[in-house]
Amino acid sequence: MLPLLLLLLPLPGLQAQNSFGSGHVTLETPAPLRVKTGETAPLALRFRLAAGHHTNSNKPTDEFLIPLKLTWDSAALTPLEVIAVEYPAGKLEKYAFSEKPLSVYSGEFIVTTRFKAAADAPKGQKTVNGKLRYQACSDTMCFPPRTLAVQANVVIQ
Amino acid sequence: MSRFLPALLAGLLAVTACQSTGTVSAAVKKEKDRRPAPDFTLKDAMGRPVKLSDYKGKVVLLNFWATWCGPCKLEIPWFIEFEQTYKDSGFAVLGVSMDEEGWEVVKPYLEKSKINYRVVIGDDITAQQYGGVDSLPTSFMLDREGRIAATHVGLVSKGSYQNDIKALLGTAVSKVAAGVAAPAAAAPAAARPAGAK
Repeated sequence: MLPLLLLLLPLPGLQAQNSFGSGHVTLETPAPLRVKTGETAPLALRFRLAAGHHTNSNKPTDEFLIPLKLTWDSAALTPLEVIAVEYPAGKLEKYAFSEKPLSVYSGEFIVTTRFKAAADAPKGQKTVNGKLRYQACSDTMCFPPRTLAVQANVVIQ
Repeated sequence: MSRFLPALLAGLLAVTACQSTGTVSAAVKKEKDRRPAPDFTLKDAMGRPVKLSDYKGKVVLLNFWATWCGPCKLEIPWFIEFEQTYKDSGFAVLGVSMDEEGWEVVKPYLEKSKINYRVVIGDDITAQQYGGVDSLPTSFMLDREGRIAATHVGLVSKGSYQNDIKALLGTAVSKVAAGVAAPAAAAPAAARPAGAK
């Protein structure tokens, strides 16, 4: 009886890990991006925030807030090139701790990167690596800025 | 075993409930339950060293915060008010900024928000001494003997802080009235932090 009841309760240790660990934002593994030589193609990365949390958008409303930003390891991108990183518009949300609405992401959000393959790029698969820097908060507390490693496969055709 | 089950479940539920709110608040602890606040020396905006133990004799609100922390910035005007209201009663606020960029971002914020108490830049060692400080704001109420009397993780009400301050200042006042010299009364002026308001 007791083991069954304990299974039904959230484990305090695990909850603390969820709240304070590095996992406020997770990335859904993206499908390989297919791009033809000399052309561009969009890679959509779907991120998910832990329930009850938000991050600043890429364009926060306050100068002191830290914007969410995706960067790619450019040194290892060749023969690919990042043409643009496109962020969704933030949702304007009012929180008890802020006088003005804040521009935030919560739930799921998609960041799109447009990659261009060089005209003379060798055909085949390439792994690209990036970093998502974000700073998350709940209604009552904030967590230090964190970096989520991002990886995707690109098939040059 | 079954007779312990209700108590065990109640305990688990209490822990779970505390965590689900995301806020932990505690009233002022009894003196026997207080532990010494770990000492540290960090620099203020003028580059002067600030040693926590130099505040002994004062009730201290030790606030870990950052410029990117919204809930922290809601509290700062309260702390400005507390500093002004209670400084003559032996109270001080000490802010520890956890901004990675340091004074480059903190100094403009201090000027903008007109903070009237001392602020230092924190580091990982200091944060570890205080349990990691994984979320902000995190504040510790220190009694006049430099012991941690209360801890607040996350945003709590202004009234909670005020109650703590009054309780900790009031304890010393009642001791003096009862003929027991309070450390504040006994503390030499030299023990006060340089530049402390």
